[in-house]
Amino acid sequence: MAVLNDEQVMLRDMAREWVTNESPVSAFRALRDREDAHGFDPDAYRAMAEMGWTGIVIPEQHGGSDFGWLSLGLVVEELGKTLTSSPLVSSTIAASAILLGGSEAQQERWLPRLASGEAVATLAVDEGPRHDPARISASVSDGKLSGTKAFVAEAHAAQLFVVAATDGLYLVESGAGVQLATRQLVDRRSHAQVEFRDAPAERLGGGGDNLLDDVLDRARIVTSAEMLGTAQAVFDSTLGYLKQRVQFNQVLATFQALQHRMADLYGDLATMRSAVEGGLQALDSGFGIARAATIAKAEANRVLHRISNEGIQLHGGIGMTDEYDVGLYLKRARVLEAAWGNTAFLRDRFATIGGY
Amino acid sequence: MATKVDTAPAQSEEDAFRAEVRAFLAEHFPPELKGQSNVLSAIEGPGDETDAQRRWREAVGARGWGTPTWPKDYGGGGLSRRKARILEEEFARAGAWNPIGGMGVMMFGPTLLEYGSEEQKREHIPPICRGEIRWCQGYSEPNAGSDLANLQMSAEDRGDHYLVNGQKTWTSGGQWADKMFALVRTDRSDKHRGISFLLIDMDAPGVEVRPIRMISGASPFCETFFTDVRVPKKNLVGEEGQGWTIGKRLLQHERTNLSGGGSMARLMGPNLSDIARREGDIDAAGRLADTVLRDRIADFEIRWNAFLLTARRAMEESKAQGGVSEISSVLKKLGTKLGQERAELLIEIVGLQGLGWDGDGFSEGELERTRGWLFGKATTIYGGSTEIQNNIIAKRVLGMLDHQ
Ligand SMILES: Cc1cc2nc3c(=O)[nH]c(=O)nc-3n(C[C@H](O)[C@H](O)[C@H](O)COP(=O)(O)OP(=O)(O)OC[C@H]3O[C@@H](n4cnc5c(N)ncnc54)[C@H](O)[C@@H]3O)c2cc1C
Repeated sequence: MAVLNDEQVMLRDMAREWVTNESPVSAFRALRDREDAHGFDPDAYRAMAEMGWTGIVIPEQHGGSDFGWLSLGLVVEELGKTLTSSPLVSSTIAASAILLGGSEAQQERWLPRLASGEAVATLAVDEGPRHDPARISASVSDGKLSGTKAFVAEAHAAQLFVVAATDGLYLVESGAGVQLATRQLVDRRSHAQVEFRDAPAERLGGGGDNLLDDVLDRARIVTSAEMLGTAQAVFDSTLGYLKQRVQFNQVLATFQALQHRMADLYGDLATMRSAVEGGLQALDSGFGIARAATIAKAEANRVLHRISNEGIQLHGGIGMTDEYDVGLYLKRARVLEAAWGNTAFLRDRFATIGGY
Repeated sequence: MATKVDTAPAQSEEDAFRAEVRAFLAEHFPPELKGQSNVLSAIEGPGDETDAQRRWREAVGARGWGTPTWPKDYGGGGLSRRKARILEEEFARAGAWNPIGGMGVMMFGPTLLEYGSEEQKREHIPPICRGEIRWCQGYSEPNAGSDLANLQMSAEDRGDHYLVNGQKTWTSGGQWADKMFALVRTDRSDKHRGISFLLIDMDAPGVEVRPIRMISGASPFCETFFTDVRVPKKNLVGEEGQGWTIGKRLLQHERTNLSGGGSMARLMGPNLSDIARREGDIDAAGRLADTVLRDRIADFEIRWNAFLLTARRAMEESKAQGGVSEISSVLKKLGTKLGQERAELLIEIVGLQGLGWDGDGFSEGELERTRGWLFGKATTIYGGSTEIQNNIIAKRVLGMLDHQ
């Protein structure tokens, strides 16, 4: 765990207490079983907004607290631990795009509403099932955007889409010219194919040539913070299970074969945490972000993949049941791994940044 | 010179210290020693010290700056951690290196400062600070490796001295050492409490060393035999029977040193990707043409960077919390594994040129790397093997014990 200041410790403890009491895995399970189209509980999101979480990286002048990315990461990690379903990550990433590239008017119009949780926004980049920001065909003419975006997260609740087109990022409001088709993925969160047909679009004109990459780096880092919580939860649950399950007249935790597997996972979790915190700290310092983001998400992908599989295996048969939580984590894990770059994509990006 | 010796009166103590270090370096560090390293504590055995190297060692030793945070009373630098860091920064800036090193500095000194008597500290610490005495570690025996407490070498009470009989093995630098800190058995009836911590002169009658040749070709360690060796009682550290406690404490110092991210990074040399770019084809976009190799290098470097971040995090945490971070076993296990992986990947990149043993057709660097690859296999064995680290993590950190 990075060395935190007092305010960050308070924030983390508050988040930990809130997810434990108000948003345990059973809350996600109930949402799933209700087949709620939005995929989250608006009351819960309002509570999160009231605690200030929706404005953590938004400047005070726009209604946020400007508390920094490491602080946001602490909250997102806790949410990941209980699979808390909310548009917090999507909205924050969209807000960061507006912060980086929006005009004063665009910032004034959207940031206060995103900071207060009144509006939900999301980022729509990919047009196929694999993350590939180099392959975008959505285009804009006369201020109207047309194109189709695949597997857009939190699309059902979004009033605002930050859309990648051939010549930059655009703000498109839900409504006329925007059509959703639900795509239900294994994690049972909100995903949709979004078709834009001559939808009124406003360009994010600032932020320079690398705006899309800069926004994606933020998405990668914040997503990896959620993955850290997810991995930690699977690890803790698996360790707890091994300590109480008895076979051959002894608790499983005393078998050396299993001890060494857990020791390996513990080491993985340590490097994953360092990589993720390194990404968040890079965003706060503004230094070496692209590289840090790639390391964070690649390490998160590698470790969560391994831990989520080992979690099932080490629980034995009970891990295969829908009633037990560990399977829910496996499903969320794979969706998060694919988001904003799978491992092959990230290794390519790391090599490219490194000049080889 | 760019020193700012006489700035305003507001100049802090730290700035003054920085200036003092710069002045010291300007006076004592011979520029021709730039970029060298400590010849006396080289893994493959000490080289001969040149005059310039000796003068440099003496200058640093006289200040106690080779052991900057050790107490001044015993010849250390008596510096705060903060000032020790400034010292390190200034040395690095000047291309200077610490001429005081070896097992005395890394493991034995810190342990003796904690457990030794006043008399023992006065006798043994100052020569370590001046780099005059070489120590070796007498722990392992033929039947006491990972199960160290099974050691049998005996020390029998003979009134004013102990009579030592038995064998140690894998004694690194035993053939070059002046003294050994050893774990010996003073009581056969109790596995752990029968162990004592004893200091033995390597030139005492009855001590015999036989170098062992390693797979890398060098012979940096020995079998060490003890036949009726008389060791004065004043060389017992702590109480009789306290050896296991003291010995384990020393291992913690060893582990912390072995896993230090910084020293690992120095061991590693240039980036794999730089070497691969030099050796292999490049495509039109400037990428390594071998895409499989490119992917594997990226995979390695991502994990290596995550490890370095972890080493840094552990350091920051232990500074904030005080004491050794709970992840020192994790760092030892991960850092050594990555070092080995890197050496293997390097051989793949350069092919048979990376497996040269001797003679024509290979540069000195290439030959050194071959030997380094082989020596690197030891890193997951000594200092508590990877499997032993896993046991420690599982039991002590994760609490995987029988709770019933
Ligand atoms: C280059 C080098 C330098 C050294 N320098 C010194 C020195 O200066 N002084 C000194 O005293 N010693 C030194 N050693 C010795 C070193 O500490 C031992 O080699 C080490 O403790 C392992 O003991 P062993 O070789 O007897 O292997 P063993 O203990 O026999 O181990 C063999 C294998 O079994 C595994 N194993 C053992 N116990 C367990 C267990 N409980 N659970 C699971 N797996 C297990 C080990 O991990 C290893 O893979 C050095 C060793 C090397 C290679």
